[in-house]
Amino acid sequence: MSATAEERPAGAGGLLGARLWRSGAGRPPLLATAICLLMVVAALGGGAIAPYVPDEADFTAILVPPAWAEGGSLAHLLGTDQLGRDMLSRLIAGARISLLTAGAAVLAGGTIGVTLGLAAGYLGGVVEAVIMRIVDAFLALPFILMALAFVAALGTGVGNIILVMVLTNWARYARLVRSEVVSIKKRDFVLLARVAGLRPWQIALRHILPNALTSILVLAVLDVGRAIILESSLSFLGVGIQPPDVSWGLALAEGRTYMTVAWWLTVWPGLAIVLAVMSFNALGDWMKAGFDPRGRL
Amino acid sequence: MTLPNEPLLVVRGLNIEFGPPERPVRAVADADLTLAPGEILGIAGESGSGKTTLCSAIMRTLPRSARVSGRVEFAGKELLSLSEREMARLRGRDLSMVLQNPMTSLDPLYTIGNQLEEVLRERRRGGAEVRPGGAVEVLRRVHLTAPELRVRQYPHQLSGGMRQRVLVGMATAAAPRLLIADEPTTALDASIQDEILILFRELRDTAGSAVVIVTHDLSAIRRLSDRVIIMYAGRIVEEGPTAEVFRAPRHPYTRALLGSLPRIEDEEVVLQPIPGQVPDLARLPPGCAFAARCPVALDACRAERPQESTVGERHRVFCWQAAAGGAA
Repeated sequence: MSATAEERPAGAGGLLGARLWRSGAGRPPLLATAICLLMVVAALGGGAIAPYVPDEADFTAILVPPAWAEGGSLAHLLGTDQLGRDMLSRLIAGARISLLTAGAAVLAGGTIGVTLGLAAGYLGGVVEAVIMRIVDAFLALPFILMALAFVAALGTGVGNIILVMVLTNWARYARLVRSEVVSIKKRDFVLLARVAGLRPWQIALRHILPNALTSILVLAVLDVGRAIILESSLSFLGVGIQPPDVSWGLALAEGRTYMTVAWWLTVWPGLAIVLAVMSFNALGDWMKAGFDPRGRL
Repeated sequence: MTLPNEPLLVVRGLNIEFGPPERPVRAVADADLTLAPGEILGIAGESGSGKTTLCSAIMRTLPRSARVSGRVEFAGKELLSLSEREMARLRGRDLSMVLQNPMTSLDPLYTIGNQLEEVLRERRRGGAEVRPGGAVEVLRRVHLTAPELRVRQYPHQLSGGMRQRVLVGMATAAAPRLLIADEPTTALDASIQDEILILFRELRDTAGSAVVIVTHDLSAIRRLSDRVIIMYAGRIVEEGPTAEVFRAPRHPYTRALLGSLPRIEDEEVVLQPIPGQVPDLARLPPGCAFAARCPVALDACRAERPQESTVGERHRVFCWQAAAGGAA
């Protein structure tokens, strides 16, 4: 008897990593993984690895170009900005803000979305109808518009930015999880769990949710990239992270004025955003190839 | 088999409908059946005859869209009016089920041992009469080879026959009073089917469980069951002791079903299919549902639904011809 996809699904058996390795997704994208790890290290290390205090002005070293450019100095590897603040230190601080907000948003939004999606898919009926109409409403609005509206109402600040990001991303999890649950619910092992006398909450938490976990994980990793963009966009527009906090989007906005004389003020934060988003997307796509060969996400 | 005084399962006037109320599809109509403790009952019929729906009604696992009426009494409890919580308490402990497809009935994410333990934990917690042993012991009882290894393996590492043994072990761990097996051998190789069927007989002999075995494999019923029910288009058409029904079937459909079994005559395999098709359950004729395919149908058969007639001890049949005593 041949091993069909039905009897041996991509995520069958074992630890998540081992399953992904076996799943036929191929080699992990090394560069993307390295960049993601680098970002995590930068975020965790923060002040400990940054050469300078990121928001400390030094008027003796204003707009110093990167070390290899003419007039550059090894003291400031990536140069300094208009207030003499070290760009490398600011990038590291920005990584921390980006990952903190994105991580918190994905975690909180994911938890809310997964819970509501599980409830909707498993309970069905009125619960499902109510939850999914709210989801539809949230998904119908362009997320940057919605984010601006929320910021206008709630005000800026890291906490509020995270809140806004949660509000704009939970619905996607709810929709995904609901559709996964509806299809997993029909599988034979769920019926078996019922006839074996397991109670509904046990079936939902032990058999349905774990089988949806791989899809949730893929969405979460892809969502980190999305969240980084959203935070950068809000900060760039001036409604996100406020000085003296440091953010890539904010740095981009501040550096715009000096674009013609000091390219490094915009290129570094821009590059950081692009690389971070691309890396998380590549990582997510790789996981998707392994966990979701039918491309339902 | 001694005739016990108290039946374990009594189904009376069970009707199960799907679809819009103004144009219902009656998957099961006016089903009556009685099962004694320790009895093995076979239910046979073509696909779509309502066998599985009937079992799902007893287990209360029908989709919410199903409309169920009638009574299902299990050990004195009316199952249809129990709450979901009370029903969950019965399931797996007093009332157990083996599903049709062993290939997909185990959760791919957990080891066999994990899944067995999960169910066994419930049994112990629920204070089952028979305290189940560990997962290894369960697997040993269903004669699975190398049980110590199997408990650490994932479902995809086991063959279909092995998985069905696991499922039988799971369903019978707490020595249920009633085990329903819905086509337990359909998905398996012929060589494994017998071994699985023997497990059910062992369960009856060692734990005194009653077994309902649903199948379209008549030979399995013949070898295993004490009594047989033949269903057609959602209705019971004949019921009686297995030996008697197989020796002297009274309903034309039962005869046709038995006649359609492959036979070997003069070194040649003879297949005799039943002419015609199973009728659409949403557009059943007013009379006997089998009349259109019946070789001995009369006008009366097409006009009016046949009543129950008793043709022997615990042998009943729904057929005008049999009632008239003039079965061809």
